[in-house]
Amino acid sequence: MIHTLAIRGAPATGEAIEITLKLFAMLERWLPEGARRNEIRLSVPAGTTPADIVATLDLPVALCALVLIDGAFVVPEMRATRTLAPGEVLSIWPPIAGG
Amino acid sequence: MSWQRKILRVDLTAGTVTPEPLNMEWAMAYLGSRGLGTKYFVEEVGPGVDPLSPANKLIFATGPLTGTMASTGGRYTVITKGALTGAIACSNSGGYWGAELKMAGWDMIIFEGRSPKPVYLLVRDGEVSLEDGADIWGTTVWHTEEHLKTKHQDPLMRVSSIGRSAEQGCLYSAVVNDLHRAAGRSGVGTVMASKNLKAIAVRGTKGVGDIRDPKAFFAATKAGKKVLADNAVTGQGLPTYGTQVLMNVINEIGALPTRNHKDVQFEGARDISAEAMREKRPTDGKANLVTNQACFGCTIACGRISQLDNGHYTVENRPQYWGASGGLEYEAAWALGAANGVNDLEALTFANFICNEDGFDPISFGATVGAVMELYEMGVLTKEQIGIEAPFGSARALTFLAEKTATGEGFGKEMGLGSKRLCEKYGHPELSMSVKGQEFPAYDSRGIQGMGLTYATSNRGACHLRSYTVASEVLGIPIKTDPLATDGKAGLVKAFQDATAVFDSAGICLFTSFAWSLVDVAPQLQAACEGDWSLENLNVVGERIWNMERMFNNAAGFTAKDDTLPKRLTTEPAKTGPAKGLVNGLAKMLPEYYAERGWTADGIPTPETRARLGL
Repeated sequence: MIHTLAIRGAPATGEAIEITLKLFAMLERWLPEGARRNEIRLSVPAGTTPADIVATLDLPVALCALVLIDGAFVVPEMRATRTLAPGEVLSIWPPIAGG
Repeated sequence: MSWQRKILRVDLTAGTVTPEPLNMEWAMAYLGSRGLGTKYFVEEVGPGVDPLSPANKLIFATGPLTGTMASTGGRYTVITKGALTGAIACSNSGGYWGAELKMAGWDMIIFEGRSPKPVYLLVRDGEVSLEDGADIWGTTVWHTEEHLKTKHQDPLMRVSSIGRSAEQGCLYSAVVNDLHRAAGRSGVGTVMASKNLKAIAVRGTKGVGDIRDPKAFFAATKAGKKVLADNAVTGQGLPTYGTQVLMNVINEIGALPTRNHKDVQFEGARDISAEAMREKRPTDGKANLVTNQACFGCTIACGRISQLDNGHYTVENRPQYWGASGGLEYEAAWALGAANGVNDLEALTFANFICNEDGFDPISFGATVGAVMELYEMGVLTKEQIGIEAPFGSARALTFLAEKTATGEGFGKEMGLGSKRLCEKYGHPELSMSVKGQEFPAYDSRGIQGMGLTYATSNRGACHLRSYTVASEVLGIPIKTDPLATDGKAGLVKAFQDATAVFDSAGICLFTSFAWSLVDVAPQLQAACEGDWSLENLNVVGERIWNMERMFNNAAGFTAKDDTLPKRLTTEPAKTGPAKGLVNGLAKMLPEYYAERGWTADGIPTPETRARLGL
């Protein structure tokens, strides 16, 4: 099932793409309804960035410490400019550590 | 001071116990616990000693902050020449035992020789005696602890002991205290068994006094605790999710060693993660995770307490495993799970219970299972030899092998060799994912380059707790570096190694370093102890400890050729994820690291380096 996410501030019409969003640890609670096992497939407008999704879901920016696209780290200064491509996986964690 | 200034020397051959003053000159240079215990060890034991001979010694050492009000100040270290590695071994444990020993009035216990019969050491403050251990020899860690508390009618007694695996010669056996906290790595428990020493039971009521400046110590430890509480990792992430929160991260970045490092991502990672541990099971409506737990004085509380599904095949009609006990931490979950392709969370938890109950290292055990499964799939090992079909992904093979390793029965004896010796025996040494005989922990060095250098140069064999560059390369602590790059990693590894030696030697938990740097540790030590514990001097102390360990290994026969990685990691590229196509760049990093260290091209500390560090 694909959930359509209306990105805040984006035009309602235009090309849409499908991506996967994964939220872990205490960010789980911000996953849209229909998510399973920490992930959900989303339909979003082309040109959507990680920052757009964070803002639309009201995710606390301070808790979005580790932002990965297809496993590669997205530095904070790129999160509002790096657009998501069809099929990419956006994964976000709060500050965590282990050992 | 916060040292007790007293150590116990136990001659197991003669059956004598002798108190000695702590060598304060050495304490000023090596701090305590790992550093000071290792100083005693290298001064007293020849590097060529057979680890399982009476000539090897076994040291239990606390640090100056152990037993104090410093957060996490409950740690102790077991130092010896490792049974698994033949290298210097220093395995660190939390729980309550270390603080109890310190509060009984002792900084350290040195065991030497070999008892003619099984014994345990009983410490009640200043009263210390060797006791007959015949009735606990051949029993588990869990039974031993319960038996000694009952026998001595003291539920507050703290017990550190070995299980049956150590008695049976499993080379990666642990010393376990408080039922499920362990000095887990390098086979320190195997050395303890070789001395016919079953347990150390301690009751300490004296406390730790004589803090150099109590007012300043109160302020410094209070400030340190606030830093831990305010930090999102130590204040929220670790208590809520534990170290297991890493499972999905490391899988996403393509650095989760899977099926004996054949792959770098595991399709079942989510099934064995922290998130899965918190979900209600469909079978009984309960979650695997019951609660978190703290060690002595800890304000983080990352420990996991789990309860099995009583209907799971592993514990059906076995009520002794139905209670809550030590659950999966990230390393164990990886080693018992992804390393073997097993995604059955309950099976992993059961195997972890067995590792605790009979005292063996789940990392080395799990990684050895991975090697066995690969040998089975190649047709080198058969069902008849192992006792069960053992393809990758078989939960039943995992739990079968755990129970066999616990008792040393059947193929369990082979399992106890560890992957290096087992793979050599069956003609495939290249399949052992180890360095200096010790198995890798849970980070694939093709996806986290600095960890390759960490493993290759670790003084106790492959280990993540000697230089946790994952913090920087993946998690951005203290600064984010590129996990796929080799540039700058030599300096990063050296910095982590030296700082870690200080945390370990102070008697505090390394996990404080997710929020603290040595800047936070220095004022706590300076207020507690006499001497110079400035940031500048602590950096020197850490480097001195690292080089001391290295020099022991060099003298024991280890050379630059042992600072290496299995071929799989340097010749077989990662198949998926961000590191796809990459191998580990150790050949580039290693010479840079030697130069950073002030070592020769052969990996030996130069006379100038030794002189600078007072070695």
